[in-house]
Amino acid sequence: MNQTIAITPVDLSLTAVLVVILAGCSWLLRLGIGWQLLIAATRMVVQLLLVGLVLTWVFGIATLWLVMAWGIAMVAIAGYEIYARQSQRLGRRGYAIGSGAMALSSGVVAILMLVVVVQPDPPWSPQYAIPLLGMLLGNTMNGVAIGMERLTTSMRKQKPVIEARLLLGHSFDQAVMQLRREAMNAGLIPTINGMAIAGLVSLPGMMTGQILAGADPMTAVLYQILIWLGIAGGTGFGALAAVVWTTASLSDDRDRLRLDRLHAKAAE
Amino acid sequence: MSPSLFEARDIRTAVIGPWDVTLPARTTTVMSGPSGSGKTLLLRCLADLDPHAGSLTLRGADSLDVDGPTWRSRVGFLPSECAWWGDRVGDHFPDHDAAFVTALGFDDDVLSWTVDRLSSGERQRLGLARLLAIGPRVLLLDEPTANLDAGHATSVEQLVKGYVSEDERAALWVSHDPAQWQRVGDRHYEIDADGLVEVGA
Repeated sequence: MNQTIAITPVDLSLTAVLVVILAGCSWLLRLGIGWQLLIAATRMVVQLLLVGLVLTWVFGIATLWLVMAWGIAMVAIAGYEIYARQSQRLGRRGYAIGSGAMALSSGVVAILMLVVVVQPDPPWSPQYAIPLLGMLLGNTMNGVAIGMERLTTSMRKQKPVIEARLLLGHSFDQAVMQLRREAMNAGLIPTINGMAIAGLVSLPGMMTGQILAGADPMTAVLYQILIWLGIAGGTGFGALAAVVWTTASLSDDRDRLRLDRLHAKAAE
Repeated sequence: MSPSLFEARDIRTAVIGPWDVTLPARTTTVMSGPSGSGKTLLLRCLADLDPHAGSLTLRGADSLDVDGPTWRSRVGFLPSECAWWGDRVGDHFPDHDAAFVTALGFDDDVLSWTVDRLSSGERQRLGLARLLAIGPRVLLLDEPTANLDAGHATSVEQLVKGYVSEDERAALWVSHDPAQWQRVGDRHYEIDADGLVEVGA
């Protein structure tokens, strides 16, 4: 294996100049995006450096409880991100649905991959468990958030149609079947498109990182396939759980449409 | 006294009631009241489409004895505007049953029409036909002739009268038109400041 070329603070500063020049151009042309760009870039640097420090510490300790605590924190943050992106809110139940869907999909897929497929020793080795879970969460989060958003907005918009079917004696499941299908579709399309162009248009981020870090391309490819299949499964089951739970939350034991439980996000 | 075909006791929500509604078999009861008085909200409760307090019975059996969809297929509510989900009219009829469609002056081939070419009056009449096709015992009609000319209004009135008299059936008909109350109403409820009262009882 090749020796990884170390990145020095000078290298990073040179790259950062790009962003600073861009911010300067924005200021000159009054594009109004300069500050946002600088703040986001600074945040990114600070966040990643902190994560690097903490990860170094976690890798050193590597106990099961620490890795689990880290995983739960990641799921909780992802659940909050999903909730924050919804334009129609289901309250505490909505947060529970988002986090539950993430835990169920990404969590189960990550455990499956660690215990059955990759089999590091021990299975909770943080070098494997944390990046794998992070990669899964980052991708399945979009599927879950898009699926939920699509379902709740279309249920509000299509209220007359749903109620027309209920009034003809259809069950709630029948009445929202089409909307549920569209929501699943919307949640899964980005993953399907991503798999379709994998390796042709762009090299996925993880693979790029591995190759740059000196791994043999074939090893990187095999890991990337593993990740894509995991993401597809995780996104699919995550979106499925979120869509099924959201549908159930918007109905009751009399098969009514209960939009009264859904509140529009307060304007910011 | 034998129980009426349909009885609603103490129906109330945060906004309306408590109100009682009784519909004897083979009768049409008209209901009137200023807009905003809660007529549509009441019909939604009677069809168990909105959560409510109070009890609903059909032929002595409580609404909670059956599931929501079964209740709504027996106590059929026709909203003032009918939504359509399929591409063609026939997609909304069980087994493409055209019996009530022809009674309302359409040809059989209306079932193959696309929904987007329907006028608002046609939507309203076909909405009624689509509801009658599932055979409800009780009809809750929210201004079913509001968008119709006199001729079509008459055919809707006759169809409903005939449907109700045929079997153990009843209708509750929201209308603002005094002449229509005379033509179709065996009884008359009015919602006013005192609540829901039977006129002339």
